[in-house]
Amino acid sequence: MNDVAKSQGQASLPTWPDEVYQTLKQAGIRQVGIVPDAGHSRLIRSFEADPETRVVTLTTEEEGVAMLAGAWLGGERGVLLLQSSGVGNCINMLSLPVICHMPLLMIVTMRGDWGEFNPWQIPMGQGTKAALESIGVIVTRADEPHLVASTVQGAANLAFNTWRPTAVLIGQRVLGAKNFKELARK
Amino acid sequence: MNNPNALLHRRDVVQELLRDRRELLVVAGLGAPNWDVSAIGDSPNNFPLWGAMGAASMIGLGLALAQPKRRVLVITGDGEMLMSVGALATIAVEAPANLTIAVLDNERFGETGMQKTHTAAGVDLAGIAAASGIRTTRIVRTQAEVTEIRDLAHEGRGTVFAQIKINPEALGFVMPPADGGILTTRFRQAVLGDSALYN
Repeated sequence: MNDVAKSQGQASLPTWPDEVYQTLKQAGIRQVGIVPDAGHSRLIRSFEADPETRVVTLTTEEEGVAMLAGAWLGGERGVLLLQSSGVGNCINMLSLPVICHMPLLMIVTMRGDWGEFNPWQIPMGQGTKAALESIGVIVTRADEPHLVASTVQGAANLAFNTWRPTAVLIGQRVLGAKNFKELARK
Repeated sequence: MNNPNALLHRRDVVQELLRDRRELLVVAGLGAPNWDVSAIGDSPNNFPLWGAMGAASMIGLGLALAQPKRRVLVITGDGEMLMSVGALATIAVEAPANLTIAVLDNERFGETGMQKTHTAAGVDLAGIAAASGIRTTRIVRTQAEVTEIRDLAHEGRGTVFAQIKINPEALGFVMPPADGGILTTRFRQAVLGDSALYN
């Protein structure tokens, strides 16, 4: 908490990951499944510093879908943090929360979206929303930093109160687009 | 043990794994392991899968972490385990003391025409589990060794992985409820009490 308060004083750093952390804590999140993305790094650090939450690094994203189903069966709430490219890995596994009426909260940082430089990110990035909706996940999206936490809160309420899988897509506009080509020139 | 060709029968194995099961929580992988667990006895403490191939071991991990005072036994097949072999690495890192994974290894995809799986060509799942860092791993070929796995599953002193070599026999279907909502709700009610119905 003190670290969060301190970091919020540093104007150069975005504060939305800290707001998302507080929102997820209030939602009672205990298990955090991750395949890391740069956009999630600050939130992951908050959870790693929190003795009440268990951060589980996954080899592939669908492991997290299954793990959080097990968590729910055992009475714990969780969140899955992933990049849009990992959504495709999850599709058949999502039949588990869909058909079992289980909550699932996924927070997806987008690639292949606003300002993308890497063409290989485009197919899955552009297909992320349609892929999730095709299997029955409720998708919401935030493209402005000040709307991220409230969007996560809404998705968490929906997931845990109506027992449905939900995903929040955080647009690349919020995260800032990388450009390795420019970096390589320097 | 004297005759290595005398493969174990899958329902004898599952019956022994579930002997005097008490509060044991069981996740059954899709296909024959589901029917085997259901044949021994449908129970609210079972979570049998009808799909989501590759889910069983990771459901076991999430459940074991959420319920550290309960023992969790995953019973699944070699094809299902091979689909999520990376999960063995994840589970090894988390090392829950209360999780046992028992793979019924008939070296076949039994539901789809008995095609050979990778284990038929010698892929060593127990070796993969050991190399991932799971401390207690076994390749099981006798009922006495099945009893050891049963006891380890009830003791909860560390993550256990057992690759149990079984006969590739096709047995009758014994089905639990198919409705995922029923399976989920009755399991949560059994584990968490009636309060699970109200949230």
